Amino acid sequence: MEWIALANPSRFLALAERLLPWLAAATALAFAAGLYAAFFVAPEDYQQGATVRIIFIHVPGAWLGMLGWAIMSVAALGTLVWRHPLADVALKTAAPIGAAFTFVCLVTGALWGRPMWGTYWVWDARLTSVLVLFLMYLGLIALWRAIEDPARAARAAAVLTLVGAVNLPIIKFSVDWWSTLHQPASVFRVGGSTIHPAILAPLLVMALAFTLLFATLYVSAMRNEILRRRVRTLRLLQVHAAQGA
Amino acid sequence: MTRRQRRLFLIGTGVGVLAIAAALVLTALRDSIVFFNSPTDLVQKRVEPGTRIRLGGLVKTGSVIRGGNLGVRFAVTDGNKEIAVAYTGALPDLFREGQGVVAEGALDGAGLFRADTILAKHDENYMPKEVADALKRQGHWKDGYGAAAAGSAR
Repeated sequence: MEWIALANPSRFLALAERLLPWLAAATALAFAAGLYAAFFVAPEDYQQGATVRIIFIHVPGAWLGMLGWAIMSVAALGTLVWRHPLADVALKTAAPIGAAFTFVCLVTGALWGRPMWGTYWVWDARLTSVLVLFLMYLGLIALWRAIEDPARAARAAAVLTLVGAVNLPIIKFSVDWWSTLHQPASVFRVGGSTIHPAILAPLLVMALAFTLLFATLYVSAMRNEILRRRVRTLRLLQVHAAQGA
Repeated sequence: MTRRQRRLFLIGTGVGVLAIAAALVLTALRDSIVFFNSPTDLVQKRVEPGTRIRLGGLVKTGSVIRGGNLGVRFAVTDGNKEIAVAYTGALPDLFREGQGVVAEGALDGAGLFRADTILAKHDENYMPKEVADALKRQGHWKDGYGAAAAGSAR
């Protein structure tokens, strides 16, 4: 029955092979443009000086960290409702990538906080909810490793993913619901962005670069996972054949 | 109802119940989740002297008095009430009059807030120096700029 399921992943593999070089090239181009704009074109902020440049890494990192979990939540529905094998792969492979971006967000945020706020870390609602997101990523990865049967692991991980999805709106609106040290939203807010276009433009280019990097890593991780599963299936078949003989 | 629809319905219900539970918990814990209290909160809650608490608001313009040995006194305001703060130590870069600030410490018997930690609060406005200067020159400077509106978090 696993052979039938491979039909769709095969099409994905073919697509991935064609897509990956383009994705990688686009990522490199976007990063070249984004980093140049971030370091040489973007003006210094009137209050933060050069420290403002940290947001060019911090903000895209935060967005992609949250996008990772959002993608996983969709994949979790694919696993639980449609029992689609590609959804299992999509769920499993997004976790380490999302965790990495969230980690980047936390570290750069701390480095920004020290000179600006006067502290690396406080337990306010925004910082804490993002840390919870990071810990849930780690928990999810651990869960995958704890259960040997991929189908059962996928089922358990999907449930945990949907539970964790409740955290996403909490992260987004934490700065509005509670008083926090973290500033309120600057880009996606009612009434438009409060970031001057000269700083916003490089930020959006960097966000594009981060998104392309995420896509590149994600597609290759999914491809690797599909191949890994095929190897596993072949091994199992071999063992069965050897036992039968 | 097909099996898929039933599963989708179950999951939807589960996530919905979970979201409601989370909302209830967070609402119940509201007082401990807020990072700081405004001067109005402090007055309304009648916080006892000696109780450690975080006070947040704007540094009142014209209220900063620097003493010797890094000592500083200023008033924190939310536009409604204000509380005098005393602090000794290095201040963060962003600390200035009209700027958002969070002070950690306790009230003394005389109603003076003795802070042992001062954190600057940054607002959501980002702009180049030249633009900020131009806005000030042309008189388009809004009071909100440069002031991590403690009000916005209220």
